[in-house]
Amino acid sequence: MSAELKDKVRSFIISNFYVSDPSTLDDGMSLLDAGIVDSTGVLEIIAFIESEFGVAVADAEMLPENLDAVNNIAAYVTRKKT
Amino acid sequence: MCGIAGIVGLAADAEAPSREALARMAGALEHRGPDEFGVYRDRRAGLAHSRLSIIDLSSGQQPMANTDNTVWISFNGEIFNYVELRAELEALGHQFRTKSDTEVIIHAWEAWGDAAFDKMNGQWAVALWDSKTQTFVLCRDRVGVRPLYYAEHQGRLLFASEVKALFAGAPDFPRELDPNGLDETFTFWTVVPPQTVFRGVRELEPGHLRVWTRGQLTRDVAYWQPTYPVGTAGRFQGSLEDATQALAHALEEATRLRMVRADVPVGSYLSGGLDSSLVAAMAARAKPSGFKTFSLRFEDAEYDETPYQRAMVERLRTEHAEVVVSRQDIAEVFPSVIRFIERPVVRTAPAPLFLLSRLVQRSGIKVVLTGEGSDEMLAGYDLFREAKVRRFWAVSPKSPWRPKLLERLYPYLARSPVSQQALTRQFFGRGLERAKTPGFSHEPRWSSTSALKRMFSAELRAQLTGRDAVKNLLATLPPEFSQWPVLAQDQYLEVRTLLSGYLLSSQGDRMLMGNSVEGRFPFLDREVIALANSLPSAFKLKVLDEKHVLKRVARELVTDDIIARPKQPYRAPDALSFMGEQRPAWVDEVMSEASLRDAGIFDPKIVAQLWSKCLARRDDGQFSNSDNMAVVGVLSAQLMHRQLVREAPGTKQPVLKTLVEM
Repeated sequence: MSAELKDKVRSFIISNFYVSDPSTLDDGMSLLDAGIVDSTGVLEIIAFIESEFGVAVADAEMLPENLDAVNNIAAYVTRKKT
Repeated sequence: MCGIAGIVGLAADAEAPSREALARMAGALEHRGPDEFGVYRDRRAGLAHSRLSIIDLSSGQQPMANTDNTVWISFNGEIFNYVELRAELEALGHQFRTKSDTEVIIHAWEAWGDAAFDKMNGQWAVALWDSKTQTFVLCRDRVGVRPLYYAEHQGRLLFASEVKALFAGAPDFPRELDPNGLDETFTFWTVVPPQTVFRGVRELEPGHLRVWTRGQLTRDVAYWQPTYPVGTAGRFQGSLEDATQALAHALEEATRLRMVRADVPVGSYLSGGLDSSLVAAMAARAKPSGFKTFSLRFEDAEYDETPYQRAMVERLRTEHAEVVVSRQDIAEVFPSVIRFIERPVVRTAPAPLFLLSRLVQRSGIKVVLTGEGSDEMLAGYDLFREAKVRRFWAVSPKSPWRPKLLERLYPYLARSPVSQQALTRQFFGRGLERAKTPGFSHEPRWSSTSALKRMFSAELRAQLTGRDAVKNLLATLPPEFSQWPVLAQDQYLEVRTLLSGYLLSSQGDRMLMGNSVEGRFPFLDREVIALANSLPSAFKLKVLDEKHVLKRVARELVTDDIIARPKQPYRAPDALSFMGEQRPAWVDEVMSEASLRDAGIFDPKIVAQLWSKCLARRDDGQFSNSDNMAVVGVLSAQLMHRQLVREAPGTKQPVLKTLVEM
């Protein structure tokens, strides 16, 4: 996983979900648990992955392991692109 | 229905209430009572009143006194059993000068003291001044239909139906936002009485009585609070069929009382849902011809319920009127809505109701029945079903099929990509280990709303450090809470947090009185509440069938389609109402960095991110629940600050029809 990719994911989460204090956003933290992302917000993450990285997210891949933390998203995209 | 206000000296050297200040207070409440204005004042106390005449039109002026002019009252509301109470008082030797319910309260208080209020069935905010004993009483109905605020300032107590009248009575009162009130709003969806969003201003809790004697607070007691069965004690003993008949009887009587105890015509709302359809059907039976009904329709098909409304109108043959609401309408009326609500909201749902009460007023009707309270008393909300599924799931958290029941509640889950089980579970399965802890039912709502506090300014967040609104609320639960059935616990929390503080105020009293219309709520009748609270949980929520016993009551009265339809929560277009090219100028004004900084509630940088994201996505369809709540929350808080804090309070002094100076 490149640092650049992870930074892109992280800045998307911060701006799209208006996180006021980025220092509180731990890369391993569950975004759903923190209330930053709700069930519709997950769709925004999927749309971002698809448009930004050209990765098509299959229904079966819509799992917390892939989508519910900055680290998880970055790792998932990295796996799909390689 | 009316507005009440006044000033009472607490400190020995407090300045006497002036006629001008009392008149300004009445003037600030003109929308609540445009028909007549009155003021009483002596050296210690002043009462003001703005009247919407409904009972005893010719002689019900207020403030009103007892026989020897020593006890004075300013009263907003209706006592539906005043005829029966009056007969009881006459038997005790009391003599009456008018035919009003107002006078009955005065005599009831003289006869029974504090115990008078628990004998009343109705909706009220009362201020009563006994000049002989220098005793001042504030009292509010059981569930908080009628509003009542108070504040202390310079040795004096100010009280009023709305905060704007407090401010009008004391223009030098420091108008500031209370961080704790904002914290509660962005946790529970609203402030929970006695908390308000204004520093130094308190709301009298529903079912409470607060008394001062010779300037000292002597008691603040709950003369009533919701109770539910403990074991078999207090539980309804009959069968489901018995309960159906008992509920039908109680609702018919509650509706009848609300029809006949008025000297003006009474109409009804008709939303297309079960509750208002049933109320309208019962009312139309009591008034077979010329009964008027009123409906909201939406340009957005997603929120519209027209076919169900029309089917009921056809069945009841009422004189029907409707108003169609667009997004633009909501944006245009929103500043007025917030001026009346006097608090931030995270939904626009009050706005269409303001347009509906305007239609009622223009149709020449002063009183409407509505179905409010049914979902709280008989377990209609999705939240109750969701909590039941989550508790069932918590018994076996690893079960693959238990959480599938969520799809029964939210059919969209089955259609949406998010239906992928793992994500659904992640979202709804938070905190399953706390299934037996108070507040479990409301945790998803409270935590998703609390997440919006990340928009708060650094200054506001610093002031809230260490504060936990949920913990504070749960610390004040009644001792018997955990012995109630779990459904009753969930109902109690819903009643406590939202019934008075949001549903009956922001969506109720304020939107009705904003157009001088009185709401009456058969489901909140004293007898209906007592019966509903006594029913076994399974009569209310049968497996996942909400309001089960009520649907049985409705069988003969409401169309089958309405009984069979899934409950549709009342919603209106939220954030998208404010994002169109043609949006009114106020939207961009209150969203400006300068305006955000001036109010100090939100971080302008964060709001700018939210706003640009939403503007960019406005053509993509629906926003997420969080974004909708965030946008409406920011806009309403900003409007409230502009209109209630920055703008100087009203100075209008209406002509006083009643003026008594001692």
